[in-house]
Amino acid sequence: MSFETFPEWRGKELDEILYECRELLEDTEYPTINRWRQNGGKVAGHFQVYFPEEIAHAAGMLPVKMGGAPVEPNSADSHFGSYLCSIIKTSLEVALNEKVKLDLFISHPICDAARNLAAIFGRNFDYPCQILYLPQNPNSSHSLQYLTDEYGRLKRLVEEITGNKITDEKLRASIEVYNQNRQYLREIYDIKRDTPWLLTADEGYALLAIGGLIPREEHNEVLKTVIPLIKSRVRKKEDRIRLVFEGGFCEQPPLDLIRMLGQTCYLVDDDFLIGMRWILSDVSLEGEPLRNLAHSYLEDSSYSPVQHDNRKPKEEMLLKRIEACDAGAVIIAAAKMCEPGLEEQVAYTHELDRKGIPYFVTEFEENMNSFDHLEMQVDTFLENLLF
Amino acid sequence: MNSTPENKIVGRGNRDGAALFRDWYNDLSQTAETDGRAAYVFVMGSLNEILKSFDMPVVFPEINSLQTAVRRVAHDYLDEAEDHGYSPDICGYVKADYAVQKRGGEHPMGKIPKPSIAVLTNACNTYIKWAEIWERMYDIPIFTMDIPGTRQGGKPSLEGSVDFENDRRYVEAQIRELITLCEKVTGKKFDIDKLREVLKNTNSLHSSWEKVITLNQNTPAVFNALTDGTIFLGVANGLKGTPEGAKYFKELVEEMEYKVKNGIGTLTEEQYRLVFVGVPCYPIFRRFNELFTDWGGTFINSTYLWFASGGANRGFQYDLEDPIKSLSIGLLMSVRDAMDSMFHQEIMVESMVKDFKIDGIIYHPIKSCRTVSTGLADSRYHLSKKIDVPSLFIESDMMDRRVVTEAQMKNRIDAYFEGLASRRQRMGAH
Ligand code: SF4
Ligand code: SF4
Repeated sequence: MSFETFPEWRGKELDEILYECRELLEDTEYPTINRWRQNGGKVAGHFQVYFPEEIAHAAGMLPVKMGGAPVEPNSADSHFGSYLCSIIKTSLEVALNEKVKLDLFISHPICDAARNLAAIFGRNFDYPCQILYLPQNPNSSHSLQYLTDEYGRLKRLVEEITGNKITDEKLRASIEVYNQNRQYLREIYDIKRDTPWLLTADEGYALLAIGGLIPREEHNEVLKTVIPLIKSRVRKKEDRIRLVFEGGFCEQPPLDLIRMLGQTCYLVDDDFLIGMRWILSDVSLEGEPLRNLAHSYLEDSSYSPVQHDNRKPKEEMLLKRIEACDAGAVIIAAAKMCEPGLEEQVAYTHELDRKGIPYFVTEFEENMNSFDHLEMQVDTFLENLLF
Repeated sequence: MNSTPENKIVGRGNRDGAALFRDWYNDLSQTAETDGRAAYVFVMGSLNEILKSFDMPVVFPEINSLQTAVRRVAHDYLDEAEDHGYSPDICGYVKADYAVQKRGGEHPMGKIPKPSIAVLTNACNTYIKWAEIWERMYDIPIFTMDIPGTRQGGKPSLEGSVDFENDRRYVEAQIRELITLCEKVTGKKFDIDKLREVLKNTNSLHSSWEKVITLNQNTPAVFNALTDGTIFLGVANGLKGTPEGAKYFKELVEEMEYKVKNGIGTLTEEQYRLVFVGVPCYPIFRRFNELFTDWGGTFINSTYLWFASGGANRGFQYDLEDPIKSLSIGLLMSVRDAMDSMFHQEIMVESMVKDFKIDGIIYHPIKSCRTVSTGLADSRYHLSKKIDVPSLFIESDMMDRRVVTEAQMKNRIDAYFEGLASRRQRMGAH
């Protein structure tokens, strides 16, 4: 690859690569996005949870996950009232203070706050700011056709912004890149599940999350390099509780919180940035690419509190997740002021009560920086399980 | 009181509205007492048009919840839901309803029947989370009528365009799926002529609703958009599609036209014409209004009248020759309009300021509702750069009295009106 947005990891040992990934994730100057722009590239910012990045990628744009940031929303605060989650504010903050410059902003109807975000961006920036209306009735027989058409609309918009025609060939090539990426991410999660002592919680998270900040080809290179290195690490298995973290589908807990959790238990599965793992297996390369993407979104996908699908009752999905990774306990988290997350907490805990699965309920904020109290609570919870 | 024609007609909308409302709750109580079930629906896209054509009783849980606040017992219900694990930070409507359900339908207005089906739109995402609660509680089918909204502010797709048609076809397919589901739930066969009848009544209600709102362009205003408007909204939602609803609104138009003709305004001596943006403060509903009317402030229009009627303000007329297709167009346009008046309300507010001769804009974001509140500060900021109309921004809640501080509110409202008065002085007599 000739031009790279993230060359820092090249030629380094595993621990150093992982260090560079964490550094990138916490760098609020967004060096990779800026390098991309300096090189003449255009940027599509998309809000959580899922976005068909392949469509922007096929036109040569850099899709960037606007997933909040560990910053104070000093400029954005005056644009909002109280009672809001942090990610909404910090996503606007990084755009207002021009740390992230975009050519397109897309939000989704995931929740009441996020639906307002495209309108808010639209009032503050000249570039197109839109909602991509992912279907909220995936059970309708027409939802596949509808979503294919909606992706077609997005494709036309991206073509207009970039001046690049998106052919089926280009789309298939992008889908291949992303299929590869999803495959690598599955391998990372396999490691977390099967040999969690080889990869700490924050390392695993950083490897996943940098994908939202760099081109997927680069992400694939990083993952391809580190996966065998992780597998050949020599580390001893410890007697720790195997834990699932549920509640990271949108706003992300701070990396330090994840690190803290990983110090006392094995985080064997989670829903962090679930949009990046939304599609469960390869998107087909045969036939119509947009229809294939739509099909995978609807028929071969994960779950989250912000999508209702009669076929995926969320408590059942959570139980399946717990079972699949053989976890002994769950952290049921929600971002502060996150309506869907907080509502789902009740359903999850009632179900876990019924099944007698131990859980710990908590709220977090992406820019919280003190976890002493939380750490003590988690330790007590885990100790109670062990003894 | 002597029964002059004026006494008969003026205030009729409020009197009849309250009576219809009581009857409606009595009917629901009767249904509940006989173990009957109802369809649970929401104000933004109730699909009453379909449900009424199956003669299903409908329950509006949002209205039930707001009634607990108006009747000052909401805290009891909220506490109960919070004891069951619901956060203080989520929508109070959801929590009050959860407690109503846990109490077997016990409600200050009567008894609420259990649901047989829940039908919701995506106009508010919390609707979906809310319906999931009933799905778990009662194991009933829930149907999400997904109505794609405007993709980019001020640029809704136009009827006849490819994008519009894509959305419309999706809505039409879902209408047909809902009909099949209703047949299953009720055991009745769908009757398209009955739907026509319901649509005819809805057409009448729609055009009257649009007229009523427009009549407030007159000075003095003929109704208070916040207080009277809430009564009208109750009927517009609950009795949409029925002959009673159509008749009520026809008479309401008559009343408002009579008032215009005779120069009869609201109870307030109108000094300042205000627009209300947000959701009313139900825990102190009357008092909240008085904080404005005491200064001669009258609410002339509100975004609430628009979105909480599911976009009926557009006055959409269904084509009875092609009812299903027409319903898909009407639903798409009306519910999309309701969403626009929440997410892009600066566009509506700007037009209201012009058409309704507005002196002030009152923003009332609330803790419970991110749908309506998230963008208010930003849109206020941008609108203030375009038009020179003083505005006030007060945060509280529509259910939770813990975040309603009347004294603080009063101070801010008083200061606002003092500002309006001195501005008027500066600008010369009104
Ligand atoms: S954290 Fe929750 S409330 Fe906030 S944008 Fe995400 S889903 Fe919406
Ligand atoms: S969040 Fe707002 S619109 Fe949605 S149900 Fe609650 S009050 Fe109504």
